[in-house]
Amino acid sequence: MTAAAAEPLVDRPMIKAHVAAGFAFLLVSLFAGMFYALQMSRLYPFPGIELLSPGRVRMLHTNAVAFGFLINLFIGVLYWVVPRLTGYPLLSRKLTRVIFWAWQGVVLATAIGLLAGKAQAIEWGETPRMVDHFAVVGVLLLVVNVAAPMLRTRGRSAYVSLWYFGAMLVWTPLVYVMGNYLPQYFIPGAGGAAVTGMYIHDLVGLSVTPLGWGMMYYFVPLLLEKPIWSHTLSVMGFWGLAFFYPLTGIHHFYYSPIPMYAQYGAMMSTIAVEIVVFTVIINFFMTLRGRGNLLRSSLPVRWFFVGMVFYFITCLQCAFQTTLPFQRIIHFTDWVVAHAHMVMFGVFGFWVIGGLTYLWPKLVGRPWWNPALNSWNFWLSTIGLVLMIIDLTAAGVVQGFMWRDLAQWEKTLLASMPFWHTRSIAGTFIVAGQLLQAYNMWLTARSPAPAASPGAEAAPAGA
Amino acid sequence: MATAGIGLFVLAGVLTGYLPVSHLAKLEYKTLAEVAPDPSPEFLDLARRYPEPFRRAFGEPNGDAFRRALRLGRDQYIAEGCWHCHSQYVRPVSNEDQRFGKVSWAGEYRNEMFLPHLFGTRRVGPDLIRESGRHSNDWHVAHFFDPTLVAPASVMPRYTWFFDGESPNEKGLAMVTYMQWLGSWATPEALARAETEAGK
Repeated sequence: MTAAAAEPLVDRPMIKAHVAAGFAFLLVSLFAGMFYALQMSRLYPFPGIELLSPGRVRMLHTNAVAFGFLINLFIGVLYWVVPRLTGYPLLSRKLTRVIFWAWQGVVLATAIGLLAGKAQAIEWGETPRMVDHFAVVGVLLLVVNVAAPMLRTRGRSAYVSLWYFGAMLVWTPLVYVMGNYLPQYFIPGAGGAAVTGMYIHDLVGLSVTPLGWGMMYYFVPLLLEKPIWSHTLSVMGFWGLAFFYPLTGIHHFYYSPIPMYAQYGAMMSTIAVEIVVFTVIINFFMTLRGRGNLLRSSLPVRWFFVGMVFYFITCLQCAFQTTLPFQRIIHFTDWVVAHAHMVMFGVFGFWVIGGLTYLWPKLVGRPWWNPALNSWNFWLSTIGLVLMIIDLTAAGVVQGFMWRDLAQWEKTLLASMPFWHTRSIAGTFIVAGQLLQAYNMWLTARSPAPAASPGAEAAPAGA
Repeated sequence: MATAGIGLFVLAGVLTGYLPVSHLAKLEYKTLAEVAPDPSPEFLDLARRYPEPFRRAFGEPNGDAFRRALRLGRDQYIAEGCWHCHSQYVRPVSNEDQRFGKVSWAGEYRNEMFLPHLFGTRRVGPDLIRESGRHSNDWHVAHFFDPTLVAPASVMPRYTWFFDGESPNEKGLAMVTYMQWLGSWATPEALARAETEAGK
């Protein structure tokens, strides 16, 4: 698989740097989320401190997980996969370094800006307005760096992973500029809400989702040692996503003063997305057939497929919750919070952690210090997340019906309290699991180098 | 393929962005001076109750000072992430008009205070777009200082940095002014006007 030339195809040290930085931001995000959850339990550890106000810490939680954790990890995956699939290295090793530091700068500046009270009122784009410009430059540099090897293969048919990655490279700058500039400077009120709805959804659908599926199409056949079940289905899944996903954004603001025809359109296309999603899911589970034992013996495969189960549940749930009868009750409640955690952590978080479980030993050139800790993380994260999803979904139903039935607001808070305590407990499971993972990553990287390389594939070519 | 990708993105932009946005653009866009020409009664009340902090922060309680307070309050509302736990639109379902007040209409968001919009997607606390006049200034001051003083079950944090000692500072006065402004425009006449505009 690797072309061992004088100049290695894959820039392992920088991939390692992105993975390590991304995981550090995951820990930041988890603690921020944990603290915010404790506020709901009225146990906030830093009350009355302006720079650690729960409202600001909440934004740190979401931004650190999206831009710090997921994007960093996905950049690592892109750097690992794209040169292998195209046969060409990234545009420039120097640029790769510049992008790494530029992106960590953007994320750190965002984190500091949010705590200092410089947030922008765009959900998932709270990045301070000043930092937005640098983020756009960073994204464009990444596009140039990764697109270069892909453009060199022009004329050859590309594997489906490259379709997803290529589309993501085209969409991400457009999505970011649209969402962070139009509603901020040009489009007020309900029109702006239509655009931010599109932004929230496109960031998930046109950046994170193509990265996730591109990654799955690469790693799953590799680890299962068999080709993907149906390439026709994978092509259908790609174009279905490209067509329907961007049309769904307004489903974040049902029953708002956005014109109703746009809301109905968003509902129809959201349901259509779920049909597309089923084709992708079927494709992967048919590929798994006959290799199910790997769910037990291979931890990356387990993370990937459990993530896909969450994906299936999320999308099935979405087809219902996007309809207006559901929206009357569940909108604005913890139901949506459960949904968001299932997508961001249960699906994409699980996938990149699975990828990390596979990649980290190859990046540091050492076997896992203690593979059992990885397994502990899997179970702690899974149990914590399942508990959180059930708990918050139930909380959402309770809140929604109490609101409709005109219960006094404080009564709805008291009713939510047991759910919020449970959520805090569920969160500690996830935090504990990821701390074990971080500890294991650290000791693996620090452990003495193995005497004999375990195999050509794992040899640290660039390190 | 890049062309197709951009094409589909543009298609979505037209259908779910340009169409509703251009439709809404038929409604008149107003500056803050047009929607808030005169200081609100609550703003004048704050000037009487906290004369020293008020003078230091805003000077004379005139229209300019009022609008400065509103902008500052809105910016603080954004900085503190208030909009992640409070929404700013009333839906025509789930008895929200009974709980909060008049259902939101598009025209009321066509001014600079909703650039960017603050609709929100979660309600840990109640919706705020009809907050004006619902509580007294005193209630708001006490509530920002320690929410549990007036709402024992509240999970809202304390905002002690809105205060110097026990009296609200510039941020605190601005926040109360902003809270008391939200929805102050939702009069029967404004609603009637909105109905006529919607018919256009």
